Amino acid sequence: MRTLGWIAINGFRESVRDKVMYSLVVFAILLIGASYMLGQLTAGQDLKIMKDLGLSSISIFGLFMAVFIGVSLVSKEVERRSIYGLLAKPVRRHEVVLGKFGGLALTLTVNIAVMTVALYAVLAYVSWGENEFARQAREAPALDPAMLKAVVLILVQLLIVTATALFFSTFSTPILSAGLTVGTFIAGYFSQDLRNFDQVVNSKAAQVLARVISYVLPNLAPFDVTSQVVHGLPVTAGYMATTIGYGVVYIGILLVLAATAFSRRDFK
Amino acid sequence: MTAQGRVPIVYAAAAVLVLGAMSVGLQLLRDAKYPAAPNEEETLYLTQRATSRIVFTHRSLAADLYWIRAIQYFGSRAQHARAAGLSTLPPAALSDSPISFDLLYPLLDIVTTLDPRFNIAYRFGGIFLSEPYPHGPGRPDDAIALLQKGLAASPSKWEYWEDIGFVYYWSKHDFIKAAEAFNRGADIPGAPWWLRSLAGTTLAKGGDRTASRLLWNQLRETANNEYARNAATMKLQQLDAIEIIERIQKVVDTLGERRGVPVTSWNDLISARVMPGVPLDPANVPYELQSPSRVTLSRNSPLFPLPFEPAARTDQ
Repeated sequence: MRTLGWIAINGFRESVRDKVMYSLVVFAILLIGASYMLGQLTAGQDLKIMKDLGLSSISIFGLFMAVFIGVSLVSKEVERRSIYGLLAKPVRRHEVVLGKFGGLALTLTVNIAVMTVALYAVLAYVSWGENEFARQAREAPALDPAMLKAVVLILVQLLIVTATALFFSTFSTPILSAGLTVGTFIAGYFSQDLRNFDQVVNSKAAQVLARVISYVLPNLAPFDVTSQVVHGLPVTAGYMATTIGYGVVYIGILLVLAATAFSRRDFK
Repeated sequence: MTAQGRVPIVYAAAAVLVLGAMSVGLQLLRDAKYPAAPNEEETLYLTQRATSRIVFTHRSLAADLYWIRAIQYFGSRAQHARAAGLSTLPPAALSDSPISFDLLYPLLDIVTTLDPRFNIAYRFGGIFLSEPYPHGPGRPDDAIALLQKGLAASPSKWEYWEDIGFVYYWSKHDFIKAAEAFNRGADIPGAPWWLRSLAGTTLAKGGDRTASRLLWNQLRETANNEYARNAATMKLQQLDAIEIIERIQKVVDTLGERRGVPVTSWNDLISARVMPGVPLDPANVPYELQSPSRVTLSRNSPLFPLPFEPAARTDQ
């Protein structure tokens, strides 16, 4: 467990040193800040648009981080040949995979936390000094704590993407891994549609196959609750628990697969 | 690089300034000689399913962008229509007018397809789609369709029934359907008490100016955006303008009868000391006295044209 922690912390340090990461976070914060300007053009919908843009920025930039850093974690070690030094130590291969994932999970959490603070800061600035009438007219309060639910689900979704990227990177090149991860991400958003295949085709076999694929692919659409949160609609604790639970289980499956693939990989 | 090899900062600044001026000059020259083709107004109109696929997970954000586009489109169209004085064109010419509101409904439809809970888009559409030219496209049916779509997404929104009733009342002059809509809204739990009395007033006094004033006042009170509040304020000012015109017209007619000669200018009224000066409408633009002794709103007034009152319409 200690070894795993060390690998995770080293992975985190390595990601933090990456300048691309800083540019992504700075760009996301700038975009969140710019939403203030955009809000001026919206006939009273400024806060809604700031929340939408803020949560979308967190999701989009988080996705870039998850994919591009996720696929390079293992490949960098192989390219630099530092993997030989690492494996020569009393470290088991699955610990490397889990540690790397832990490091990137920590990096993502910190970056998403920074972007969330920036979003709340912009919202606080805009809503500061707002009169009672304007406050009552809003569907949801400016500094609605329920937005954190959306952020937490985005984080879990990005951790699934990270685990997917890590899994592909254990046996493939970085470019191919990035392509496969993005493809899985897109397919994951529409996997729910595969369950309704019976409305499109008559073939029973095709329907069963589509249903099986829909359960194999990650189901990412339920992690997007931006619309509910922005409109002040409830996102229940039960929904959060089942969705996060599903995410954790799916990440577990991917990490087992990644560890298995990595432990069988020949580095000669 | 040695100090001698460096480009002096003054030279660099001068070069940037000269090149910058040249770049601006060339653009001005090109634009003057080859004016850019006017932007063709268009919108991407897709099915709900296709739109969802294209915008992927960020439907709410895409709805926001379309919303900004919708209000900018509406604002610029309305401004141009008023500035060009297109309100004087006959209705047949309006459809061929270069300034039309054709895209307003598709844009609002896309916004509400992407985000079915975009409350303001339904209410904005409810008011402005039914507004007659040059304040809107004059499409009450589209306004009702949009509000019905909103009710399908959020059946508990009594405000949409209020707006539907409003469109029936003000634009279609169908007071029975208007009262029906107000009653449907009043049936929704949480609806305000006055919605029921509004239905009663509409049935009893449909077309009455007091009832119209009551409606616009309620809309102004319940509007959650500046656009709707401004529209309601303008309608109330128009009702005031009509009342003022009627009062001044009485004074003009009385003086004309007394003198036995028609009143042709405001000076006649001022010198007869029946009026202290040229009367102003609620937007502070002078009224006009047209031959033969008819008091009218100035075409330069932002309140022009005055609404065709429901009572006048039903009497015909």
